[in-house]
Amino acid sequence: MAVRVQAEPFDLGAEIAELTRGRTEIGGVATFTGLVREFAGGRRLTSMTLEHYPGMTERELERVEAEALDRWPLDASLIVHRYGKMLPGEPIVLVATASAHRQAALESCAFLIDWLKTRATFWKFEEGEDGGLWVEAKEADDEAARKWHLATGGILV
Amino acid sequence: MKILYFAWLRQRTGTSTETIDLPPGVTNVTELLAHLGERHPSFAEAISARGVVRCAVNQRHVDRDHPVTAADEVAFFPPVTGG
Repeated sequence: MAVRVQAEPFDLGAEIAELTRGRTEIGGVATFTGLVREFAGGRRLTSMTLEHYPGMTERELERVEAEALDRWPLDASLIVHRYGKMLPGEPIVLVATASAHRQAALESCAFLIDWLKTRATFWKFEEGEDGGLWVEAKEADDEAARKWHLATGGILV
Repeated sequence: MKILYFAWLRQRTGTSTETIDLPPGVTNVTELLAHLGERHPSFAEAISARGVVRCAVNQRHVDRDHPVTAADEVAFFPPVTGG
Protein backbone atom coordinates (compact mmCIF):
# COMPACT_ATOMS: atom_id res chain seq x y z
CA MET A 1 0.00 0.00 0.00
CA ALA A 2 1.70 3.15 -1.14
CA VAL A 3 1.10 6.72 -2.27
CA ARG A 4 3.61 8.87 -4.16
CA VAL A 5 3.37 12.47 -5.35
CA GLN A 6 6.20 13.34 -7.75
CA ALA A 7 7.19 15.61 -10.62
CA GLU A 8 8.90 12.83 -12.61
CA PRO A 9 7.10 10.62 -15.15
CA PHE A 10 6.48 7.00 -14.15
CA ASP A 11 6.76 3.71 -16.02
CA LEU A 12 3.57 1.65 -15.79
CA GLY A 13 5.27 -1.69 -16.46
CA ALA A 14 8.03 -1.10 -13.92
CA GLU A 15 5.52 0.01 -11.27
CA ILE A 16 3.33 -3.10 -11.70
CA ALA A 17 6.35 -5.42 -11.75
CA GLU A 18 7.53 -3.88 -8.47
CA LEU A 19 4.03 -4.05 -6.95
CA THR A 20 3.60 -7.77 -7.64
CA ARG A 21 7.19 -9.05 -7.23
CA GLY A 22 7.15 -12.23 -5.16
CA ARG A 23 3.46 -11.80 -4.31
CA THR A 24 2.03 -15.16 -5.38
CA GLU A 25 -1.24 -14.64 -3.49
CA ILE A 26 -2.28 -11.94 -5.99
CA GLY A 27 -4.74 -13.19 -8.61
CA GLY A 28 -5.31 -9.98 -10.53
CA VAL A 29 -4.11 -6.40 -10.90
CA ALA A 30 -6.34 -3.57 -12.11
CA THR A 31 -4.72 -0.33 -13.26
CA PHE A 32 -5.87 3.09 -14.40
CA THR A 33 -3.48 5.54 -16.06
CA GLY A 34 -4.54 9.11 -16.71
CA LEU A 35 -2.83 10.92 -19.62
CA VAL A 36 -2.62 14.55 -20.74
CA ARG A 37 -4.97 15.01 -23.71
CA GLU A 38 -3.91 17.24 -26.58
CA PHE A 39 -7.44 18.58 -27.07
CA ALA A 40 -9.57 19.81 -24.16
CA GLY A 41 -12.87 21.64 -24.57
CA GLY A 42 -12.10 22.31 -28.24
CA ARG A 43 -8.71 23.87 -27.39
CA ARG A 44 -5.38 22.48 -28.47
CA LEU A 45 -3.07 22.29 -25.47
CA THR A 46 0.65 22.93 -25.54
CA SER A 47 1.11 21.90 -21.90
CA MET A 48 -0.69 21.29 -18.64
CA THR A 49 0.59 22.27 -15.20
CA LEU A 50 -0.67 20.61 -12.02
CA GLU A 51 -0.43 22.61 -8.82
CA HIS A 52 -0.92 20.79 -5.51
CA TYR A 53 -0.92 21.26 -1.76
CA PRO A 54 2.24 19.52 -0.49
CA GLY A 55 1.51 17.61 2.67
CA MET A 56 -2.27 17.61 2.40
CA THR A 57 -2.17 15.87 -1.00
CA GLU A 58 -0.22 12.90 0.34
CA ARG A 59 -2.43 12.68 3.44
CA GLU A 60 -5.61 12.86 1.38
CA LEU A 61 -4.45 10.14 -1.01
CA GLU A 62 -3.57 7.97 2.02
CA ARG A 63 -7.07 8.53 3.43
CA VAL A 64 -8.62 7.58 0.09
CA GLU A 65 -6.47 4.45 -0.06
CA ALA A 66 -7.38 3.51 3.53
CA GLU A 67 -11.07 3.84 2.59
CA ALA A 68 -10.56 1.36 -0.29
CA LEU A 69 -8.81 -1.07 2.05
CA ASP A 70 -11.81 -0.92 4.40
CA ARG A 71 -14.17 -1.80 1.55
CA TRP A 72 -12.27 -4.46 -0.45
CA PRO A 73 -9.85 -7.30 0.37
CA LEU A 74 -6.74 -5.91 -1.34
CA ASP A 75 -3.27 -7.47 -1.30
CA ALA A 76 -1.52 -4.40 -2.71
CA SER A 77 -2.31 -0.92 -3.97
CA LEU A 78 -0.43 2.03 -5.41
CA ILE A 79 -1.32 5.62 -6.26
CA VAL A 80 1.26 7.73 -8.15
CA HIS A 81 0.20 11.29 -8.97
CA ARG A 82 2.40 13.83 -10.72
CA TYR A 83 2.57 17.60 -10.31
CA GLY A 84 4.28 20.31 -12.36
CA LYS A 85 4.38 20.87 -16.11
CA MET A 86 3.43 18.04 -18.48
CA LEU A 87 3.04 17.68 -22.22
CA PRO A 88 0.22 16.01 -24.20
CA GLY A 89 0.62 12.22 -24.09
CA GLU A 90 2.44 12.19 -20.75
CA PRO A 91 1.06 10.17 -17.84
CA ILE A 92 -0.51 12.15 -14.97
CA VAL A 93 -1.78 9.56 -12.53
CA LEU A 94 -1.54 5.82 -11.90
CA VAL A 95 -3.89 3.81 -9.72
CA ALA A 96 -3.19 0.09 -9.29
CA THR A 97 -4.98 -2.41 -7.08
CA ALA A 98 -4.18 -6.09 -6.59
CA SER A 99 -6.33 -8.77 -5.04
CA ALA A 100 -6.87 -12.53 -5.07
CA HIS A 101 -9.96 -11.92 -7.23
CA ARG A 102 -10.68 -9.62 -10.15
CA GLN A 103 -13.85 -8.03 -8.83
CA ALA A 104 -12.17 -6.52 -5.77
CA ALA A 105 -9.28 -5.24 -7.91
CA LEU A 106 -11.50 -3.73 -10.63
CA GLU A 107 -14.04 -2.14 -8.29
CA SER A 108 -11.46 -0.67 -5.90
CA CYS A 109 -9.44 0.76 -8.81
CA ALA A 110 -12.55 2.55 -10.13
CA PHE A 111 -13.40 3.72 -6.62
CA LEU A 112 -9.91 5.14 -6.04
CA ILE A 113 -9.81 7.18 -9.24
CA ASP A 114 -13.38 8.48 -8.79
CA TRP A 115 -12.73 9.36 -5.17
CA LEU A 116 -9.34 10.99 -5.58
CA LYS A 117 -10.68 13.22 -8.37
CA THR A 118 -12.96 14.92 -5.84
CA ARG A 119 -10.65 14.77 -2.78
CA ALA A 120 -6.96 15.04 -3.71
CA THR A 121 -5.71 18.63 -3.70
CA PHE A 122 -4.59 19.12 -7.30
CA TRP A 123 -5.53 21.91 -9.71
CA LYS A 124 -4.98 21.78 -13.47
CA PHE A 125 -3.82 24.79 -15.47
CA GLU A 126 -4.07 24.18 -19.22
CA GLU A 127 -1.94 26.24 -21.59
CA GLY A 128 -2.80 26.49 -25.27
CA GLU A 129 -2.01 28.72 -28.21
CA ASP A 130 -4.71 31.11 -26.96
CA GLY A 131 -3.41 31.40 -23.38
CA GLY A 132 -3.89 29.63 -20.06
CA LEU A 133 -7.02 28.48 -18.20
CA TRP A 134 -7.66 26.89 -14.81
CA VAL A 135 -9.73 23.74 -15.35
CA GLU A 136 -13.13 23.90 -13.63
CA ALA A 137 -14.27 20.97 -11.49
CA LYS A 138 -16.87 18.81 -13.24
CA GLU A 139 -20.23 17.94 -11.74
CA ALA A 140 -19.85 14.51 -13.40
CA ASP A 141 -16.82 13.83 -11.18
CA ASP A 142 -18.81 14.64 -8.03
CA GLU A 143 -21.61 12.38 -9.29
CA ALA A 144 -19.15 9.52 -9.86
CA ALA A 145 -17.84 9.86 -6.30
CA ARG A 146 -21.33 10.08 -4.80
CA LYS A 147 -22.35 6.83 -6.50
CA TRP A 148 -19.83 4.93 -4.39
CA HIS A 149 -21.22 6.54 -1.27
CA LEU A 150 -24.80 5.58 -2.14
CA ALA A 151 -23.95 2.08 -3.34
CA THR A 152 -22.07 1.11 -0.21
CA GLY A 153 -23.85 3.18 2.44
CA GLY A 154 -20.48 4.51 3.54
CA ILE A 155 -20.06 7.82 5.29
CA LEU A 156 -18.33 10.62 3.40
CA VAL A 157 -14.91 11.11 4.94
CA MET B 1 -2.28 31.80 11.86
CA LYS B 2 -0.90 30.40 8.60
CA ILE B 3 -3.07 30.91 5.50
CA LEU B 4 -2.45 29.25 2.14
CA TYR B 5 -4.02 30.00 -1.25
CA PHE B 6 -4.02 27.75 -4.30
CA ALA B 7 -4.73 27.90 -8.05
CA TRP B 8 -6.63 31.02 -9.19
CA LEU B 9 -7.10 32.18 -5.59
CA ARG B 10 -3.32 32.39 -5.28
CA GLN B 11 -3.12 34.39 -8.48
CA ARG B 12 -5.80 36.81 -7.29
CA THR B 13 -4.34 37.39 -3.82
CA GLY B 14 -0.86 37.60 -5.29
CA THR B 15 0.48 35.41 -2.50
CA SER B 16 0.64 31.67 -1.86
CA THR B 17 1.03 31.93 1.91
CA GLU B 18 0.76 34.52 4.64
CA THR B 19 0.77 34.66 8.42
CA ILE B 20 -1.94 36.74 10.07
CA ASP B 21 -3.01 37.59 13.61
CA LEU B 22 -6.42 36.07 14.21
CA PRO B 23 -8.71 38.98 15.16
CA PRO B 24 -11.08 38.61 18.10
CA GLY B 25 -14.52 37.55 16.89
CA VAL B 26 -13.21 35.33 14.10
CA THR B 27 -14.04 31.81 15.27
CA ASN B 28 -14.96 29.83 12.17
CA VAL B 29 -14.19 29.49 8.45
CA THR B 30 -16.99 31.81 7.29
CA GLU B 31 -15.82 34.60 9.59
CA LEU B 32 -12.19 34.09 8.53
CA LEU B 33 -13.20 34.27 4.85
CA ALA B 34 -14.91 37.61 5.49
CA HIS B 35 -11.84 38.92 7.34
CA LEU B 36 -9.50 37.88 4.53
CA GLY B 37 -11.82 39.54 2.00
CA GLU B 38 -11.29 42.83 3.85
CA ARG B 39 -7.50 42.34 3.77
CA HIS B 40 -7.48 41.45 0.07
CA PRO B 41 -10.23 43.21 -1.91
CA SER B 42 -9.07 41.26 -4.99
CA PHE B 43 -9.66 38.02 -3.07
CA ALA B 44 -13.21 39.05 -2.15
CA GLU B 45 -13.91 40.13 -5.73
CA ALA B 46 -12.52 36.87 -7.11
CA ILE B 47 -14.70 34.79 -4.82
CA SER B 48 -17.86 36.71 -5.65
CA ALA B 49 -17.10 36.60 -9.38
CA ARG B 50 -15.95 33.01 -9.73
CA GLY B 51 -17.97 31.18 -7.14
CA VAL B 52 -17.07 28.10 -5.22
CA VAL B 53 -14.21 28.16 -2.74
CA ARG B 54 -13.25 25.17 -0.62
CA CYS B 55 -11.39 25.17 2.68
CA ALA B 56 -9.08 22.84 4.59
CA VAL B 57 -8.13 23.27 8.24
CA ASN B 58 -4.95 21.46 9.26
CA GLN B 59 -4.97 19.63 5.90
CA ARG B 60 -8.50 18.26 6.18
CA HIS B 61 -11.48 19.29 4.05
CA VAL B 62 -13.97 21.18 6.24
CA ASP B 63 -17.33 22.91 6.02
CA ARG B 64 -17.76 26.65 6.46
CA ASP B 65 -18.91 26.40 10.07
CA HIS B 66 -15.73 24.57 11.12
CA PRO B 67 -13.95 26.35 14.02
CA VAL B 68 -10.56 28.01 13.54
CA THR B 69 -7.89 28.96 16.10
CA ALA B 70 -4.60 30.89 15.92
CA ALA B 71 -2.62 27.61 15.83
CA ASP B 72 -4.34 26.31 12.68
CA GLU B 73 -3.07 26.03 9.10
CA VAL B 74 -5.97 27.13 6.90
CA ALA B 75 -6.02 26.72 3.12
CA PHE B 76 -8.45 28.16 0.54
CA PHE B 77 -8.77 26.71 -2.94
CA PRO B 78 -11.16 26.06 -5.84
CA PRO B 79 -12.74 22.59 -6.20
CA VAL B 80 -9.98 20.10 -7.00
CA THR B 81 -9.31 18.95 -10.58
CA GLY B 82 -6.62 16.27 -10.36
CA GLY B 83 -6.65 12.75 -11.68
